Amino acid sequence: MTNTYIYILVAGIVSTIVRVLPVTLFTKPIKSRFIRSFLYYVPYVTLAVMTFPAIIDATQSKISGILALVSGTVAAWFNMSLFKVACICCAVVFISELILV
Amino acid sequence: MKSFESKSNKQVFIEGIRDGFPIALGYLAVAFSLGIIARKSNFNPIQGFINSVLNHASAGEYAVYTVVAAGAGYVEMAIMTLVVNARYMLMSTALSQKFSSKTSMLHRILVGFTVTDELFAITIKRPGHIKPLYNYAAFLIAVLGWSFGTAFGIIAGELMPIRLVSAFSVALYGMFLACIMPEARNHRIVTVLIIISFILSFIASKASIFSGISSGTKTIILTVVIASVAAIIFPHPEVEDDD
Repeated sequence: MTNTYIYILVAGIVSTIVRVLPVTLFTKPIKSRFIRSFLYYVPYVTLAVMTFPAIIDATQSKISGILALVSGTVAAWFNMSLFKVACICCAVVFISELILV
Repeated sequence: MKSFESKSNKQVFIEGIRDGFPIALGYLAVAFSLGIIARKSNFNPIQGFINSVLNHASAGEYAVYTVVAAGAGYVEMAIMTLVVNARYMLMSTALSQKFSSKTSMLHRILVGFTVTDELFAITIKRPGHIKPLYNYAAFLIAVLGWSFGTAFGIIAGELMPIRLVSAFSVALYGMFLACIMPEARNHRIVTVLIIISFILSFIASKASIFSGISSGTKTIILTVVIASVAAIIFPHPEVEDDD
């Protein structure tokens, strides 16, 4: 698995460029409405795609995964902190699997 | 404003540590769950630690682990990292407006490197120009929580009972939900997009025509398609500028 380090390096270089380039290049806001809109939507779409259905395949029982998704969504909707939402999801899975599994 | 600008370096540094500390605690727990995923992709604790220091992005690192687990190529790794971290371009662009003209290019580059969702949030909330020292302090403590959390997750994932592994494995998804839902609450179009994303992602994971494509590539395709269509049909209103 020596090439694991190459994967890490590739991701590290790309993520660094993504973070650093705009700070050094842009002294004015981006003008293109399309690019601004696209960049605005990207994180929500990507994270949503990565969350579902992966969350129901991560747990021992699909039902506990669904319960975690629902309770996490409700907690996040009401602006609970990242840490609390993550804890709630974990707790819901743990407790429901005591019954389900 | 005057007194704010004249704070000593030491004061600024301490403020950074103070604000970074709760973030570090949250990162420790979330990175632990990331470590469990890293373990499944055969990462050792040192590789997980290095990946977390260099990438310090939940979704970005998650992408690394899924791409490695799928045995996909370096090009896919690069494109995937670009797509899942594209939001940092927006944040970095926003930060570029908050630097004093006196700030050197080196400081701009280093502050850019420290951008994460949470560090961006605490930076943008501060009045006045960016104090690079503040960001370095907050980043330092936060990235320690993040990187050690990943390494611990890889080490302890093995020792933990399966019930706990199962429970911790959803922490990351909980964090993703915490990143997207507050915005969904304020913008109905984001809510609609999240629902569409869930549905299409589900279909893509089940439909046989997509079975030959890795999950990383599916994420890229779905993101570019959905976000592009949304950007054309619903150009984003310029409200994001007033923070």
